[in-house]
Amino acid sequence: MAKAKNDMEFSEAKKVITVNDIDPNILKDAQKKHRTKKGLVLTIILSIISLVYVFPVAAVLINSFKTNTYVKTDTFRLPINDAQHENIWAGFNNFTKGMTFGDYPFINSVINSLIITLISAALIVICTSMAAWYIARVNSIFCKIIYYLCVFSMVVTLQMVMYTLSKTADTLKLNTPWTIPIVYLGFGAGLAIFMFVGFVKSIPIEIEEAAAIDGCGPVRTFFQVVFPMLRPTMISVGILEIMWIWNDYLLPYLVLDINKYRTIPIHIQYLKGSYGQVDLGATMALLLLSIIPIIIFYLFCQKYIIKGVAAGAVKG
Amino acid sequence: MTNANLNNNPVPEESNAAAPEESKAAESEESKAAESQSEMTDDNIAEHFVKSTAAPSPVTRKRRLFNTGSTYTLRRPLRKWFWLFLLPVTSAFAIGFVWPFIQGIYLSFCKFKIVSKTTFVGVDNYGRAFSDQSFVRSFWYTALFAVVSLIIINVLAFAVALALTQSIRGSNIFRTVFFMPNLIGGIVLGYLWSMIFDGILSQFGTSIIQNETWGFWGLIIVVSWQQIGYMMIIYIAGLNAIPEDMLEAAKIDGANYFQTLFRVIIPNVMPSITICTFLSLTNGFKLFDQNLALTGGLPITTENGVAIKHTELLALNIYNTFYNNNSSFARGTAQAKAVMFFILVAALGLIQLGITRKKEVQQ
Repeated sequence: MAKAKNDMEFSEAKKVITVNDIDPNILKDAQKKHRTKKGLVLTIILSIISLVYVFPVAAVLINSFKTNTYVKTDTFRLPINDAQHENIWAGFNNFTKGMTFGDYPFINSVINSLIITLISAALIVICTSMAAWYIARVNSIFCKIIYYLCVFSMVVTLQMVMYTLSKTADTLKLNTPWTIPIVYLGFGAGLAIFMFVGFVKSIPIEIEEAAAIDGCGPVRTFFQVVFPMLRPTMISVGILEIMWIWNDYLLPYLVLDINKYRTIPIHIQYLKGSYGQVDLGATMALLLLSIIPIIIFYLFCQKYIIKGVAAGAVKG
Repeated sequence: MTNANLNNNPVPEESNAAAPEESKAAESEESKAAESQSEMTDDNIAEHFVKSTAAPSPVTRKRRLFNTGSTYTLRRPLRKWFWLFLLPVTSAFAIGFVWPFIQGIYLSFCKFKIVSKTTFVGVDNYGRAFSDQSFVRSFWYTALFAVVSLIIINVLAFAVALALTQSIRGSNIFRTVFFMPNLIGGIVLGYLWSMIFDGILSQFGTSIIQNETWGFWGLIIVVSWQQIGYMMIIYIAGLNAIPEDMLEAAKIDGANYFQTLFRVIIPNVMPSITICTFLSLTNGFKLFDQNLALTGGLPITTENGVAIKHTELLALNIYNTFYNNNSSFARGTAQAKAVMFFILVAALGLIQLGITRKKEVQQ
């Protein structure tokens, strides 16, 4: 206390004018003026670009309420009946039709997508974080081999392994939504291991040593000491994996038993691909239904998603 | 065992410093004793290591032993848990990557229809891939596509990131909007945009799958719309990391906006530029879903008896050779194409990283 007082007196005595001494309002006003001049133009330009950005999604929304024939001819017209377009408004017919379209109910695809994405992401986050901790701390030759193989796997294209991978998965009966996460864990481990190892190396080892000295076994040390510290990286990895797996088309298409299990992207592809001339209005309704969950997820986890992307990119 | 660490006495170091020769003699004596007394275990190896710091009594030596850092408190107990920590990922990795990769390389030298029935044909598949006109054509098409999309995506993403890092109203909302298309998957994106393009083009009596030029630029638009937001986030992170005083210094020195941009801002965001160009280049080469959904490679024409899909990128070409070709050589050729494709993407990525990394400023 006494020392702080002394310091205060000392600085008082010196009395040098710094930026802090200037009335803050003056600065704020200056900034505001600057803001309005240049900022206004930028804001207007960016608003226009944003509208262009939102437009495609809005177009899907509009067209999902249109009857089939008008989707192609009057794509950009609002679905409002008038003299020339008598029954352009389809109501929710497209949605009810879309749900039972083709030979596979859409809701099953949604459930499959959910199962695959959630299990795979959870499995990847837990297993790779454990492996990464082991690799970073034990650091034997075997660990190094695994680590460099993982880094290497990040540059390998799916086409390189798609045929053999799908055959291997078939033989091992990994072709159901409940077992495909193992394939994802194997094929997606690269980035996750890479990010986790980078992060574990930045954690001071003393914390874990202290836990070990206090009698924590490795398992307890990991789950009670290391696990909480890994949280930010876990969120980043989880988000990146969820974004990848939810939207992935080719891998599940080749691995899953396609007559029994479909995911949303596979379902959409089947609609357009296999049935030739399909009801465009119903297709739009399904597109909308597959976009909505992602947008909701995005709006809720926006902060984490953007942070995760930035973190993943810096590491990659 | 571990408790020894807690009441560890400081190891007397005088003996070592004062009389190095004496301690050396003691050391050799001790090592003899150690060798004769017990078999070589890990602890003994560590003792050898510890001895160089000359611990006078066995008791202190033992205490010292447990203070050698992570090795003895963490590493050895952890190794026993190998099966829990490393085994799941390692086995999944072997199933999901290592084995298919090795088998894939092997199969690229084989003629096969199914994995269990293969005949070794050497490099024939590679020769066949090179003489496949559709493959060569789609290679150049992909290269053009990747370069054009790389330039457009990065220039626009950087411009948007620059605009958003100025203090303007609602920059968070803009960021949210620009990033949004990233979450929509390639297949859905492709059909979404094909609806829009066809909506426009049907006014002119054509459609995206009938015209190669429209197909090319359509795909560029789709990919840009999707990836600009992603790259923008990376650029924003880079721009925010520029030290404020550097910009101030530039201002005080009288640099105009473009001088500041090219001499201060761009050199400082080189790491971001490296990552973004790397990502957009490899993404451009690897693109599959959007290509499949938007045009599926159409329009298709026949030249010299070979069916050529005009908007087919490499990944789609490989896929079609694998699964939509009845020739008995098709799968082997496709696998050979895939191997070359992988080497191409990996090499391009590494070369590109090398070039831009050189231009990064050391801070």
